[in-house]
Amino acid sequence: MDGFFSTYVWPAAIMIGQTLLLLVALLIFIAYILLADRKIWAAVQLRRGPNVVGPFGLFQSFADLLKFVVKEPVIPASANKVLFLLAPLVTVTLALAAWAVVPLNENWVIANINVGILYVLAISSLEVYGIIMGGWASNSKYPFLSALRSAAQMVSYEVSIGFVIVTVLLCVGSLNLTDIVNSQRDGLGTMIGLPGSFLDWYWLPLFPMFIVFFISALAETNRPPFDLVEAESELVAGFMVEYGSTPYMMFMLGEYAAICLMCALTTILFLGGWLPPVDVWFLNWVPGIIWFVLKATLVFFMIAMVKAFVPRYRYDQLMRLGWKVFLPLSLVMVFLVAVTLKLGGWA
Amino acid sequence: MGLQTLFFYLFAFIAVASAFMVVSARNPVYSVLFLILTFFNAAGLFLLTGAEFLAMILLVVYIGAVAVLFLFVVMMLDVDFAQMRAGVLEYAPIGALVGLILAAELIIVVAGSVFSPEIAKTVPMPIPALSQRTNTAALGDVIYTHYIYFFQIAGLVLFVAMIGAIVLTLRHRPNIKRQNISQQVGRTPETAVQVVKVRPGQGL
Amino acid sequence: MTDLLGSYIPIAIFIGISLVIGLALLVAPFAVAFKAPDSEKLSAYECGFNAFDDARMKFDIRFYLVSILFIIFDLEVAFLFPWAVAFKGMGWFGFWSMMVFLGVLTVGFIYEWKKGALEWE
Repeated sequence: MDGFFSTYVWPAAIMIGQTLLLLVALLIFIAYILLADRKIWAAVQLRRGPNVVGPFGLFQSFADLLKFVVKEPVIPASANKVLFLLAPLVTVTLALAAWAVVPLNENWVIANINVGILYVLAISSLEVYGIIMGGWASNSKYPFLSALRSAAQMVSYEVSIGFVIVTVLLCVGSLNLTDIVNSQRDGLGTMIGLPGSFLDWYWLPLFPMFIVFFISALAETNRPPFDLVEAESELVAGFMVEYGSTPYMMFMLGEYAAICLMCALTTILFLGGWLPPVDVWFLNWVPGIIWFVLKATLVFFMIAMVKAFVPRYRYDQLMRLGWKVFLPLSLVMVFLVAVTLKLGGWA
Repeated sequence: MGLQTLFFYLFAFIAVASAFMVVSARNPVYSVLFLILTFFNAAGLFLLTGAEFLAMILLVVYIGAVAVLFLFVVMMLDVDFAQMRAGVLEYAPIGALVGLILAAELIIVVAGSVFSPEIAKTVPMPIPALSQRTNTAALGDVIYTHYIYFFQIAGLVLFVAMIGAIVLTLRHRPNIKRQNISQQVGRTPETAVQVVKVRPGQGL
Repeated sequence: MTDLLGSYIPIAIFIGISLVIGLALLVAPFAVAFKAPDSEKLSAYECGFNAFDDARMKFDIRFYLVSILFIIFDLEVAFLFPWAVAFKGMGWFGFWSMMVFLGVLTVGFIYEWKKGALEWE
């Protein structure tokens, strides 16, 4: 009995505790990211954004959560009830489940698996299902059409994300996310005499791939300027048009969790994860998770700014970008990076 | 070890149950969703044997791509399911025969290693220990060098699939105005804008 | 092996807890919110009109083609992953075998492009 307790119950309790800590922190972070998105968008348009609920509008997201919970959940009469409610559940569960492998600091990762980046790619491939099921279960032409187009869009940009990840892997040699960050401790910066600096991170040698990854992440998560399928002026929230109350909120939560995941992934792949910008004693003293959150927030700031000032892409322009521009570009970059590494003797 | 057995029975039971539901569900969309559940549990079973790369690739390719294709087709086709169901009893004996043949093949393969143990021992390409080389790296060491012919054949199969899909499905609709994006983007101010001096009250 | 599998247990726990959170959020309004069902509220949204015809649209071949192309390129990426991981210390033979594979699929991609399979969608 004592053996059972120490080999099963105690580690399980620790894992559950860590999981709850990460999930609660993540959900609060997403709540404030939602507010930050609206405030940044407002600031670009020279207005204030939400500032009524709480000081500077800081409790806005929680007020929204409360509003969604007390609203009446409407399930359309002709909808497929099981799938209608399963779709948002799948979206939220998958978007949150990907965070199990994200390393916030050295050894601060809940599941340090060998195939971390492949797991994250699998989760983003599966996010398509929440949308397809939601659109089809609504049993109405417009959500269904929007769901199909959104799914085709997400699927088109996943290919270029895959190729970009392959270029990073060529430089790293391991699928483990912690290894990917650790391999950015030296690189171009070390070669020119600034060891352990931000010039070592992969955004510099793989700069075109950084740009392609950023834009593909925007398209993958249905984020402006690629939000044709869910914009108000186009298809009235697209596949979510029949949803209300918490199922709708869960779609939004899943979308923002996916956006935060893409920010975290950009940080890990290209911006050095939890590493400080310069290897100086007082910057090393700052905990790695602070650097991680700062970098992820910087990437999110760029995402929010893109929403504010780029006009929306038309669907055929979007598909053309994914298939005819990003795919050949990333394919050529895979070849170039491989050749450079082989000829330069780094591999 | 107890936990491993527990997960094995869980994955195996759900895989078999959802595979049964695939053929007996009323709605074709439900069938595809149960198929996806089967794939998930198959990936879990792969994981339990240590093939983590294969498990993740099953998720990425099979569930993330192939099942999406199935779902697209099933959702867009207006299948009269009652009519389809009516023909089931006609084909049941053939289905049972196919199932029996598959079961016999499985038994022959598995029991073969019991009757002649040297078959199970002689592995053509033993993988290095997990602590030395991760599963993905061990695969990468051999696929592109030792098994290069199979790899290139896989590439050719994908090539044929690409060509075949286009030949079979692409129909050019006549009388469609198409856009030439590079032409549109390559417009210069000289051809696009014309500056005209207009006298006030005169109009153009 | 137990090391490998032991690193996956936290994922199972994590997915389980995310599922619980999702279910809690899903079920909450059914328990809490004030309900007043009405036939207009329950009908499908079509900008105020009744639905004109059946929800099934015509089968659009372009989605099918996009999915098939995605499968092919996803498999290409799947083959690229072990190659990229084992790249250090692979040698030129492995490099060129992958380049031949990529070349074959690039020929297919150029064929698609010329045929117009990547067009208008």
